[in-house]
Amino acid sequence: MRKCSIDNINDVLKALSEKIPLYLPVDRLDGKATYQKYQEGKVWSNALNTERSAKDFFFPQMENLVEFKTQGKNVEVIDIRDEKQDFIIFGVRACDVKSFEILDRVFLSQPVDTFYKSRREHGIIFSLACSKPNETCFCSVFNIDATAPAGDVTLWKTETEVFFKANTEKGEKILSEIDSLTTECGEETVNEQREKTKKILSKLPLSDLDLTNFGVGKTKALFDSPLWKEMSSTCLGCGTCTFVCPTCQCYDIKEFKVGDKVTRFRCWDSCMYSDFTKMAHGNPRLTQAERFRQRFMHKLVYYPDNNDGLFSCVGCGRCLSKCPISMNIVKVIKRVGGKENE
Amino acid sequence: MQKVSREILVDKAISLLNQGVVKAVFGWRKGEFDYDVTPAVFTTEKDIKENFVFNGFCGANFSKYLVAKTVNFDGKILVFLKSCDTYSFNQLLTEHRFDREKVYAVGIPCDGMADISKVKEIAGDGVSKIDFEGDMMKVTTLYQDEPVEIKLGDVLLERCYNCKSKKHVAYDELIGEDGEVLDSNRFDEVAKLEAMTPDERFAFWQGELSKCLRCNACRDVCPACTCEKCVFDNPNSGVENKAAANSFEEKMFHIIRAFHVAGRCTDCGECSRVCPQNIPLHLLNRKFIKDINQFYGEYQAGEQVGSRAPLVNYTTEDVEPCDVFKGGEENA
Repeated sequence: MRKCSIDNINDVLKALSEKIPLYLPVDRLDGKATYQKYQEGKVWSNALNTERSAKDFFFPQMENLVEFKTQGKNVEVIDIRDEKQDFIIFGVRACDVKSFEILDRVFLSQPVDTFYKSRREHGIIFSLACSKPNETCFCSVFNIDATAPAGDVTLWKTETEVFFKANTEKGEKILSEIDSLTTECGEETVNEQREKTKKILSKLPLSDLDLTNFGVGKTKALFDSPLWKEMSSTCLGCGTCTFVCPTCQCYDIKEFKVGDKVTRFRCWDSCMYSDFTKMAHGNPRLTQAERFRQRFMHKLVYYPDNNDGLFSCVGCGRCLSKCPISMNIVKVIKRVGGKENE
Repeated sequence: MQKVSREILVDKAISLLNQGVVKAVFGWRKGEFDYDVTPAVFTTEKDIKENFVFNGFCGANFSKYLVAKTVNFDGKILVFLKSCDTYSFNQLLTEHRFDREKVYAVGIPCDGMADISKVKEIAGDGVSKIDFEGDMMKVTTLYQDEPVEIKLGDVLLERCYNCKSKKHVAYDELIGEDGEVLDSNRFDEVAKLEAMTPDERFAFWQGELSKCLRCNACRDVCPACTCEKCVFDNPNSGVENKAAANSFEEKMFHIIRAFHVAGRCTDCGECSRVCPQNIPLHLLNRKFIKDINQFYGEYQAGEQVGSRAPLVNYTTEDVEPCDVFKGGEENA
């Protein structure tokens, strides 16, 4: 393990970004943190987490896939993929790091999504341990250790120092390149912080969420619950929850035509939208209650069914703070999975 | 001092339900915390007693919900309306969007509603409990030994700082005394934008609108947006889109929407309240309202049921279109 003084973190960021483009949470004008590319003057945010999740790096909201040029009866297919270069995402919290594993299982299983794979291979993740979780955090429910997140390098930040620990070969290599800016150190301070944070985590208001009624094989027990209709009755049908979610991975593929050039692009889709998965025969989910159910059943039942029991929620709490009507997965877990529904 | 309490609303709801005046109650359901209340329909006394909540975080405007909730509903629905909500209520009636006979509206006084993100800016993260005492709130957090005392007036939703009216323009019954239409400063921010050069203004909106996620929350919550099928959701419309295909589209979406609700927008402020990216969308609408006031005389959408908005009402006194076009220049 190595460390540097918090006063010298800008030197570290500068040194890293001179080798590889680096993105880190920076406070926007409205005080909310977003990932921005490091350059002189950018200050690492103290916010617990970014407004949008880190999935944007691997699964951007919109990306062009291929172009077509038409000339008479000929169609030219143009591969517009550019050579990807390495990049660093600095300060990713444990919840978002876990979300990469959940996305990997979707995009890297056959047939492999080569666009996603390329970005994933070029991304170097510097994760950041939590020390001041929010009341909306519930990652521990999904067995995520916020005090020691995965990633190529794990960071711990205290009032005065930043600690670095490499977890992978990639991580070791990049840390060795900034050796002159850090010093070797013991793990005492980090362990002390971890113990303190674990105590806070165990006392968080949502740390006792009970998931026993969700997971593999629960479709039949939950699908027809009358609570889906009741709980979705004031859902606006907007896409906020799905777009701020680090694990939502549904997308649509569309075309954009200008003159003789057609650009095929993909963009995030939302199961909350009325035209989601619309097919030739129409839409399989006609009411908001069915769409609402889809979102939560996908996260809590269907995904675990197909992925060895792994839930596709990481407890980051973004949907809790962003839903315009404050309806969210915690309320669903408590009511649909609770006594009321037995 | 808060003029209305949860108890008063619960008693009112239960008595109207038990008397058979209404068959359902539209209200706020308690959440996991004191601030995450959800709009909900209650149909039993038990549910109301256990789960109905009213506090400084009940900002949601219920008027639009009446469009969907009254259709195919046999009987009346009780709805609690803050003064700002009543303007949307009237505007929807003007547009024949719901059946007035199916609604029992109770006007409730309001001193403004709080914005939890502003509370957190003062009290810090980890808000575990909020106790209200009059216009003060005591905020308990995971990280402070003592509760932090905050004045409601310091953490209001943006729209409540510029409240346009404490007067209820529609109700069957009113709790407490009615207020007055206020002299608000709601056009000050618009004036600031108008004073900018076109390039500065473009940069301002470019910065704000480029944050847009296209989640459509602004549209979905907007009481003036009640088209059964929005063009942006209709794959056959040719303009349906879930993400901006180029940098022009993100601006077009919001500008088209602002045009679409011009003259019908009551300035309820829900668009900015729900935006997950804190885009000040209400400023687009306020610009239209300010211009309409200037060119056609003062007009407040929703003030009266059946009023004709200047943009859909021709009179011989109307300003000449060429003057309207020059308007922006004269302002500058």
